[in-house]
Amino acid sequence: MAAETVEFELVSPEQLLLSEPVAMVIVPGEEGDFGVLPRHAPLISNVRPGVISVYSQRNEVSQKIFVAGGFAEVTGERCTVLAETALPLAEIDRQDTEQRLRNSREDLADAKDDVTRATAERQIGTFEAMLRALQS
Amino acid sequence: MPSLKDLRIRISSVKSTQKITSAMKMVAAAKLRRAQEQAEAGRPYAERMGRMLGSLAVSMADAKNGPRLLAGTGSQAVHLVVVATADRGLCGGFNTNIVRESRRLVEELLRDGKTVKILCVGRKGRDQLKRYHANLIIDTIEDIGKPRLTFEAADNLGRRVMAMFDAGEFDVCTLIYARFKSAISQIVTRQQLIPFAAVELEEDEIAAEATTTVGSVYDYEPEEERILQELLPRNLSVQIYRALLENNASEQGARMTAMDNATRNAGEMIKKLTLVYNRTRQAAITKELIEIVSAKEAM
Repeated sequence: MAAETVEFELVSPEQLLLSEPVAMVIVPGEEGDFGVLPRHAPLISNVRPGVISVYSQRNEVSQKIFVAGGFAEVTGERCTVLAETALPLAEIDRQDTEQRLRNSREDLADAKDDVTRATAERQIGTFEAMLRALQS
Repeated sequence: MPSLKDLRIRISSVKSTQKITSAMKMVAAAKLRRAQEQAEAGRPYAERMGRMLGSLAVSMADAKNGPRLLAGTGSQAVHLVVVATADRGLCGGFNTNIVRESRRLVEELLRDGKTVKILCVGRKGRDQLKRYHANLIIDTIEDIGKPRLTFEAADNLGRRVMAMFDAGEFDVCTLIYARFKSAISQIVTRQQLIPFAAVELEEDEIAAEATTTVGSVYDYEPEEERILQELLPRNLSVQIYRALLENNASEQGARMTAMDNATRNAGEMIKKLTLVYNRTRQAAITKELIEIVSAKEAM
């Protein structure tokens, strides 16, 4: 029992970021965080911006990864997360993020058309979620 | 008969052309390898998204009022044609082939009395299409693959198409690009993006999909419609990204082949010119000799 693992895959459109057997993952689903253990019921869920915690062993967090939203597909033996942006939490620099958040806000302020405005709004959302993730 | 000097100039000019084409060929080969790697790396995401979408579409199949991206607007009056070409020339028939296919599609649609809008991705496509359908082109996106084609760029394009769709500016969206088969063969492909039509996946992907969709019934969180609402626009961007990656690889492949041919032709040309040059040179020497000999005899 204890040796059972879930195949965890983290995929971005540009590459396969992570693929390894883990004991448990906690995914920030749109309707609340959910943990995936071996033999989880098949599930497809939206993922909100937040932190994925990877447990290489029970009660031991091996990685914390920030994702800016995406989708998760869970089957009994596998958990696949499709994420647009994924960054290990340790690599996020608070000051840098705050700076970029300010930049995006400025972009939003002098956005002239809908496209740049939408892009700036999206970035603001991502950076705010990053900062929230850093605080927790 | 060109003089010796003219011949020498021509030979050296062809030689420097050959140097350029062979350098371009090597650059294209290196870029092709990178483009292929990038296309390879993007495959897992597209595959898994296809799988999720497949199982969602199955469970949504009975619902009549599916999302508009899946079911269409119910009308087919206005078509948006997205033409993906390269920003640069010197790649054989690559751009011309894509433009020809686009023109065929546009003319078919116009004959059927539909309204057509063209969105060009890549400078060369715009330049060529402008000659025929300048009034239909709504905008051009340039330098999308510079310095590197990112998902973000494709996503921005996807969002733009989505915004236009939501504003009711078109009913059907078709993307035209060149699918990469091998370095010497690229297939110009039409792909309908909106309403979403299942893409012809490669065989192993279909097999993988068949085994997973059968036998596993998913829970959805939140409900299917909400997920589809998120998933479909994302899928649009992913499809565009994938097409642009293929297009990029095709462009480099086409350029590599074209430049290989050009290098070979230049080599042949040099050979021929050298032959003529030597022959002319010898003729001049012989002539001089004859002149000397006959002058001596006359004395």
